Amino acid sequence: MSSVTNPELTQSILYLDGVSVSFDGFRALNSLSMVIGHGEMRAIIGPNGAGKTTMMDVITGKTRPDEGDVLFDGKVDLTALDEASIAELGIGRKFQKPTVFESHTVDDNILLAMKGPRSAGSSLFGWRNRVRDDEKDQVLETVGLKDHRRRLAADLSHGQKQWLEIGMLLAQDPKLLLVDEPVAGMTDAETEQTAELLAAIAKTHAVVVVEHDMHFVRALGCKVTCLHEGSVLAEGAIDQVSTNDRVVEVYLGR
Amino acid sequence: MILSKLLTELDWRGRVFLLALAAAAVIVPVLNLAIPEGSALNVPTYAVSLLGKYLCYALLAVALDLVWGYCGILSLGHGAFFALGGYAMGMYLMRQIGTRGVYANPILPDFMVFLNWKELPLTWWGFQSFPYAMLMALVVPGLLAFVFGWFAFRSRVTGVYLSIITQAMTYALLLAFFRNDMGFGGNNGLTDFKDILGFNIQAQATRVALYVATVIALALGYLVARAMVTSSYGKVLIAIRDAESRARFLGYRVERYKLVAFTASACMAGVAGALYVPQVGIINPSEFAAANSIEAVIWVAVGGRGTLVGAALGAVLVNWAKTWLTGAFPEIWLYGLGALFIVVTLYLPKGIVGALSEWSARRQDRLASSAAAEAGVGPQPAGAE
Repeated sequence: MSSVTNPELTQSILYLDGVSVSFDGFRALNSLSMVIGHGEMRAIIGPNGAGKTTMMDVITGKTRPDEGDVLFDGKVDLTALDEASIAELGIGRKFQKPTVFESHTVDDNILLAMKGPRSAGSSLFGWRNRVRDDEKDQVLETVGLKDHRRRLAADLSHGQKQWLEIGMLLAQDPKLLLVDEPVAGMTDAETEQTAELLAAIAKTHAVVVVEHDMHFVRALGCKVTCLHEGSVLAEGAIDQVSTNDRVVEVYLGR
Repeated sequence: MILSKLLTELDWRGRVFLLALAAAAVIVPVLNLAIPEGSALNVPTYAVSLLGKYLCYALLAVALDLVWGYCGILSLGHGAFFALGGYAMGMYLMRQIGTRGVYANPILPDFMVFLNWKELPLTWWGFQSFPYAMLMALVVPGLLAFVFGWFAFRSRVTGVYLSIITQAMTYALLLAFFRNDMGFGGNNGLTDFKDILGFNIQAQATRVALYVATVIALALGYLVARAMVTSSYGKVLIAIRDAESRARFLGYRVERYKLVAFTASACMAGVAGALYVPQVGIINPSEFAAANSIEAVIWVAVGGRGTLVGAALGAVLVNWAKTWLTGAFPEIWLYGLGALFIVVTLYLPKGIVGALSEWSARRQDRLASSAAAEAGVGPQPAGAE
């Protein structure tokens, strides 16, 4: 980390510089650099194997990069922290496959995600039994699951599970949300609702969305970054990126 | 006060279980002590101890269910914690023998005199005191689980790999305790106990008291486990079982949650072992056998994983069947156990108690939906349990 004040760095919520990761000789990320501003919404596109999920793994502490800087809020070095500390800092992550606590009710899923002490000791002595209904209601309202709060998460439809997971991220109240393919397997109506939901969330949070669905990315109406072979291929407005020759080439092949 | 709060929060399953235990704590001693021998209603003393043994296994099963049923840690080494608790009690009982041993040494147990040892090894110090021995029955299994869990959970060893290393742990202890120079009686183990807290261990009243103590320990163990799994801590535990990475990315330190459950469970298994030894009269390294730990898993699976009550029920039922089968058809008992496990896995994947509650939930669902159909509303999903 350089001590030189870099305006890009100080104004960023997330700053990746020259990040590389290899698995058994395969370079999943190849000197990737990217800057996400405070409160910005960004869509990441790219063909399979472009490194989108690996990038999320690096940011959330699941994978350690071989080299490069990953800085949160312009100052915190994420490469030195584990998942739980990174989550505590304020980075929430939604997985590609909806991952919710299936044997818990929708209510309890949100309750578990709510901001608050997380240690085993504090939970044994019941801090989470203090009901914060108003906050919980607000989250459930936002993701449209208020009428389903008593159902088991396992009984929800695929789309509802995706929303529940987004709701859990909201309850966590992170500064930065990483959302991996939120509309995979959704109906058109659900996709549209999800785009509205994310746009609403982006008003108060920085959001990074990884997505394949170009209609959905267009509906988000934000800056787009296209990854290819572990580095940035193109960046800009959706129309700019989608007409970029190189992007068309890697997406469609020749 | 905490107890009354716990009791009011119990579900019907828990209430029935505690009532059954209370009944067992009263009726069995009465039938043994007050009804004359030879009467059809008399419960012979050997049967009281046999029942006490089953209930020790039930406590071990509850401990195992806490980690397997609620946190997804399939421990195939819980027999080791049970045996360590048993050894702690055995060492106390050995030191109570005193000059009544074959070699009449006031300090050294017979096997040490036989091995020509001149003084008591450090590991045996303090075991003449009952409170110290009981503390060790809790602390030694707990400490082993803590150290083992610290490394295993921090390195994120899960699933079948974790099961295999727990199995290796109990096997390593089996080999260690077989060695004479470990100082725990080698392959003969510890036996020939005379008295406990000054009471003759063979006496009818002592045996009944040990049985009642076991019932109480099982009830307390159940209440502790139940309090843990119904607290917020338990919710996180279940969350970890269902989606470990989700819990991690929500900011929970999964390894610490697992460590607390694993250590508490090992302490509980240690208590079960400590109560087991005076009732069966012996502890030897075969208690560390891998098969014992696997059998405990079968009890939990049969009774119903993740129900606590089911685990206890499964332990009693399977062991009762074992006693009966090994008497009636000694050569086919193991086939019976194998067949039982296959049948349960295929037809009762949630065990006896799990199947029962599923059946009652379905019935309630039907009732609710027929009532709702009359009122013209959709079905209400049943609550979680």
